[in-house]
Amino acid sequence: MPATETADHVDGNAIGGLLLEVFGTEMTAVTGRCGSCGTASVVAEQTVYLRAPGTVVRCPACTAILMVFVRIEARTCVDLRGLAELG
Amino acid sequence: MSPISRGFHRRHEPDADPSRVPPGQYVTADFPVLSAGPTPRTALRDWTFSITGAATPKTWTWDEFQALPSEKVTTDIHCVTRWSKLDTTWRGVTLDTLLGQVEHTGTFLLAHCDGGYTTNLPIADVLGGQAWVAFSYGGNPLAAEHGGPARLLVPHLYFWKSAKWVRRLELLDHDVPGFWESYGYNNYGDPWKEQRYAGD
Repeated sequence: MPATETADHVDGNAIGGLLLEVFGTEMTAVTGRCGSCGTASVVAEQTVYLRAPGTVVRCPACTAILMVFVRIEARTCVDLRGLAELG
Repeated sequence: MSPISRGFHRRHEPDADPSRVPPGQYVTADFPVLSAGPTPRTALRDWTFSITGAATPKTWTWDEFQALPSEKVTTDIHCVTRWSKLDTTWRGVTLDTLLGQVEHTGTFLLAHCDGGYTTNLPIADVLGGQAWVAFSYGGNPLAAEHGGPARLLVPHLYFWKSAKWVRRLELLDHDVPGFWESYGYNNYGDPWKEQRYAGD
């Protein structure tokens, strides 16, 4: 369990497997820049909400949504529109 | 790994009447907290509830909202993550009462919430005693983690339609998908037809 886990969210390390599945490469050390506030953060440090109908990744600075992943049976719907930059 | 089921521990209630449990659901005594973001905590003095869009706009303060006629509701709730909870008790104001205080022409609504969450509903599904803005659960003020100070309660549809922290209903003459609906969840969400995803 990540050290930063609280009752309602975890950090980006918790979705390393999901990101590997979606992107085909290790992503937790990659930096993403928030499209809302411009803060650059490593995926492992981003705030992740898992207890929902999907997985929602938020900016650790302003809480804006960076990424959303929704598994619909065999498909995964991916929304990266909250990111200004990833990589 | 599954990005959905982590953190849920199924505590089945073996005595539940199966006729009250929609297909694919299990009954729990718990009240799991689902959230896609930080829990908003709006002070009651700052809380308002509004109707906008295809309606004469109207806004209630917390005190004005509390002065509206409210009713006790005992109902079963069904979450798309497969838990159901039976005989939950709420107090709230019907949407018949709220929409009865404005002139409107909308056929759909989009509920807007603190934190940015949205969900869409046909107006026909929120009238006739089918939906409430609930501010009490189990005889106590609705806790923030469950959507307090007030949330939608539309128990005949999957519970993502019962939006937490609701603050505004935008009436529309056309349907606009809400947050989860735009990511592939069913636009309507009837648990008895197991309408979890688009196309179900």
